[in-house]
Amino acid sequence: MSKLKFVENIKADLTADIVYMMCPMHLLKLQEMIKKVEPGQIIEIITDYDGALEDIPQWCEKTGHEFIGVEDDTDFFKFYIRRTK
Amino acid sequence: MKAYFDHVATNPLDPRVLEAMMPYFKEEFGNPQSVYDLGIRAREAVEKARQQVASLINAKPSEIIFTSSGAESNNFALRGIALARQNEGRHVIVSKVEHHSILNSARFLEKSGFTVTFLPVDKYGMVDPDTVKKSITKETTLISIIHASSEVGTIQPIKEIVKIAKEHNIIVHTDAVASTGNIPVDVKDLGVDLLSMAAHQFYGPKGAGALYVREGLRIVPLIYGGIQEGGRRAGTENVPAIVGMGMAAELAKKELPERIDHVKRLRDRLVKETMARVENIYFTGHPEERLPGHASFCVEFIEGEAMLLMLAARGIYGASGSACSSKALKASPILLSMGIPAQLAQGSVVFSLGKDNTEEEVDYFINEFPQIIKRLREISPYQKGWEEAGSPACKPE
Repeated sequence: MSKLKFVENIKADLTADIVYMMCPMHLLKLQEMIKKVEPGQIIEIITDYDGALEDIPQWCEKTGHEFIGVEDDTDFFKFYIRRTK
Repeated sequence: MKAYFDHVATNPLDPRVLEAMMPYFKEEFGNPQSVYDLGIRAREAVEKARQQVASLINAKPSEIIFTSSGAESNNFALRGIALARQNEGRHVIVSKVEHHSILNSARFLEKSGFTVTFLPVDKYGMVDPDTVKKSITKETTLISIIHASSEVGTIQPIKEIVKIAKEHNIIVHTDAVASTGNIPVDVKDLGVDLLSMAAHQFYGPKGAGALYVREGLRIVPLIYGGIQEGGRRAGTENVPAIVGMGMAAELAKKELPERIDHVKRLRDRLVKETMARVENIYFTGHPEERLPGHASFCVEFIEGEAMLLMLAARGIYGASGSACSSKALKASPILLSMGIPAQLAQGSVVFSLGKDNTEEEVDYFINEFPQIIKRLREISPYQKGWEEAGSPACKPE
């Protein structure tokens, strides 16, 4: 299990709201969005899917992008990822 | 002679639509989620259909979710939005003249702890925007009003209702199953957040529907599973039906003005001649704000079902109230909510014309229909009873 980092008030360059969308939309959205930003920029994914707590840090480990952290926003999770390359 | 005047029930499949669908029943059978060429071609066909449907209602392709029917779209919209916004409030507003797929979804929400207001309508079956305004509470999250009623043809003042709703940050859905493809439907102009459609109402196949969901709107799925339809509606895509819906949408968009002129001309003559040739008959629904091919009447002293069977014996197909009310042999709740007395509502008949109907078919109808009514009235037990009781006090205003 990857290590989770909790963060607050991160400013993202691109956001995708995938609340209520089914698994594995979070991973497909990640692949799609990471191509849309420049290296150094941050993407934000808002989801209600708790499986993402495990999947997204792992995806970052595998692809080499930086997992900045997750914000637990009462009903939903906000994930922050920085494109590294 | 045959005269199919029941286009609110369903429309025949346009041969051009069938032609577009055929390859996807046969050699192009791939699953759109598959990664190889067969799957890619199926996926491309689905995405083309999404563009065609989006274009018909002036939406973005990403705002179209394909479903199996208008009823599924209505269930999805009502439950999906009510549940997605339940932390903000648990009050939903619908009208009393909605399709059963809205009314019964609303009742499901009521059982699940939501409060639902069922709005009354005027004598034309129209919702007064003022009553919408008065029904809004701090808890209201969703308003769903039918765009055009298939039973009385009346087109609702959706734009005005949207204007009121937006002042209170309330989501608006409209059931546009009877209207899409039959009158211009523009989601930007109407201002709605969600809109339901069904392909078989505009010469597409049965088993294909769609829900327009405005970009950025959160909706809880009705069917859980995989990533089809952007992870919002699971189930392997019904590719032939979706392709058919797309083609039907493209044709409807292109041919809409001439289709409207044609059915309106036929309808107006059917109404005028019927009213002139039959006594004790009342036109229902709004005289102007109505679907162009739609004529609905209440005929005194006889039952709608009896008229339908005799008409069908002569090759003329119409409807009486909604399909469910007709089978259950009860007066249409829509007509009753318009203030039409129960006895008169029993004599409801609906004739809805389509692009392939002809002047000759209308001639045939206006010759046959009065004869049928005369014959049924001769054997009607109601007429005698009502005459004995004095002038029947059941006429609408």
